[in-house]
Amino acid sequence: MSKTTYREALRGAMRDAMRADPRVFLMGEDVGRYGGAFAVSLGLLAEFGPERIRDTPLSESTFVGAGIGAALGGMRPIVEVMTINFSLLALDQIVNNAATIRHMSGGQFSVPMVVRMASGGGRGMAAQHSHSFEGWYAHVPGIKSIAPATVADARGLLLAALEEPDPVFVFEHALLYPLEGETDDGVPMRIGQAAIRRSGHDVTLITYGGTLGKTLQAAQTLAEENIDAEVIDLRTLRPLDTTTILESVGRTHRAVIIDEGWRTGSLAAEVSAEIMEGAFDSLDAPVARVCSAEVPIPYAKHLEDAALPQAATIVDVARALF
Amino acid sequence: MATELLALPELRRDHALKLLRQMLLIRRFEEKAAEVYTQGKIRGFLHLYIGEEAVAVGAMPAFTAEDAIVATYREHGQALARGIPASAVMAEMYGKANGTSRGRGGSMHIFDASRRFYGGYAIVGGGLPIAVGLALADRMQNRAHITACFFGEGAVAEGEFHESMNLAALWHLPIVFLCENNRYAMGTALMRSESQTDLHLKAQSYNIASQAVDGMDVLAVESAVREAADGVRRDGEPRFLELRTYRFRAHSMADPDLYRTKAEVEEWKHRCPVENFAAMLRGEGLLSDAQRREMEADVGAEIAQAVAVAEAGPWERVEDLTRDVYTPAGAS
Repeated sequence: MSKTTYREALRGAMRDAMRADPRVFLMGEDVGRYGGAFAVSLGLLAEFGPERIRDTPLSESTFVGAGIGAALGGMRPIVEVMTINFSLLALDQIVNNAATIRHMSGGQFSVPMVVRMASGGGRGMAAQHSHSFEGWYAHVPGIKSIAPATVADARGLLLAALEEPDPVFVFEHALLYPLEGETDDGVPMRIGQAAIRRSGHDVTLITYGGTLGKTLQAAQTLAEENIDAEVIDLRTLRPLDTTTILESVGRTHRAVIIDEGWRTGSLAAEVSAEIMEGAFDSLDAPVARVCSAEVPIPYAKHLEDAALPQAATIVDVARALF
Repeated sequence: MATELLALPELRRDHALKLLRQMLLIRRFEEKAAEVYTQGKIRGFLHLYIGEEAVAVGAMPAFTAEDAIVATYREHGQALARGIPASAVMAEMYGKANGTSRGRGGSMHIFDASRRFYGGYAIVGGGLPIAVGLALADRMQNRAHITACFFGEGAVAEGEFHESMNLAALWHLPIVFLCENNRYAMGTALMRSESQTDLHLKAQSYNIASQAVDGMDVLAVESAVREAADGVRRDGEPRFLELRTYRFRAHSMADPDLYRTKAEVEEWKHRCPVENFAAMLRGEGLLSDAQRREMEADVGAEIAQAVAVAEAGPWERVEDLTRDVYTPAGAS
């Protein structure tokens, strides 16, 4: 166990992976000399040089596609896309190529590529830097999606992603980078497992990524009102760990899903449907959701706060189930 | 025709006949594909290579078995010229389990790992970034291999084309870009979609050495691609060739071909890469009428065999529908 930050945990995982495996390299916008837009790769250029810490032009589609090609050619690329909004420029390569090549080739080729990007709002970055499209990515078979919400997961899940034979997309909520915590270097993590971050027996609060903190805060408030909430951190968005979700709802009989994506067609909607299909008879109340308002993320703080899920809203929605 | 390449008489004859046979194989394969398509044996899209045979056949000898090939959705010609058995390609188009992708890819997505044939991309321009990555992987692993990247002229309108040109030049990547300019992106003529129709000039603006080549002349193509590939092997820098060609058939089997005149198509058919090359060989005494008949029979038998293999091939089990979405544990 060592105390560090989310940002440093990501950096440490990349450093260790690159030391251990010459096939691993990092490329993306400003990952080298600048040190990464969120300083995740700061210092790696000095250790590994410009071949393995590779600055790219602003060509998201082509450097993600080059990651696919490099993976096909035997490398283990980590591609950093500065923000999830920018990743939309690479959707062609992600959805049409990365997700399909294994299938289209009849299993002849795999694409062991990790794509990292910052997501989420809360920083006054307005409507082109603040969104949460994780649910879109989780929609696509052929790729896996993870959203580390803790410092330990930042390290452990990124290392697990680098062990995967298929493309893994890593969504790092931008507010988490300075988060302090401890890494657990002992046990290798696996993709596809949710975690119960707080045990409880009255209601299950299901979330991932940047809203885990707010959800735990809400659980604390609910506890003061004698509502004992269980908090599930999904960690992996595809494949979803429905077993953990359904077992928890089977115990608590109530569920609230907290998702920074827009409500319509959200990942929260998918989780809700899984609960309806798999635990309908256990439910004592309708499944509820706390999502972002159906609006491009606004700039002004009071408007942005109103647009995003907040602990107080989670408390209100959970309380209303009783 | 550029015949200077073939100095020794015997090599010259053998090599020339091999080129002719490959072009003939592609021509007859495509004709058969069109025929079985109309019988409902092949579904979806079918983009025929008829008229463009000199490009794939002329280009492929410049690449070794270790080099990587990236192609487009009109890739039967490249696949056959690379040596993928006609039976495996035909079976794939039939959607059978003995096809190259066990029926998951079809006509537009031919892959063959054993021949470093990386597909088969049906989003125009989508293969270029992959070629960039393959070349990067070879270079980072200190392998002397190069990558051949085929794409149509329609791709030059895509952002990925420009991004890939820039990255290939900026990173000094060993790629031969092979632009098959057949003058129409589906039904849109080049002059109606590009402000600069000398496409090789676009590559030059990225500091990539480039030239335009007569893509109807298999020897001219071979000579230019060999020179380009040799150059890439020598200095590691990318090269770009614009191979000017023409498709005699419509864009796909679904295309009524309303956007060009019959006279234009007929005019280009006079430049048929197969028949003109055969006539040249005949004129030089390298191909007798008997040899030609024998070659036709041989090619015909290979295609008949391909169809038989495809017809007899088993269907993939529906229970295996979701196989190959992810890599099974321990089998990457």
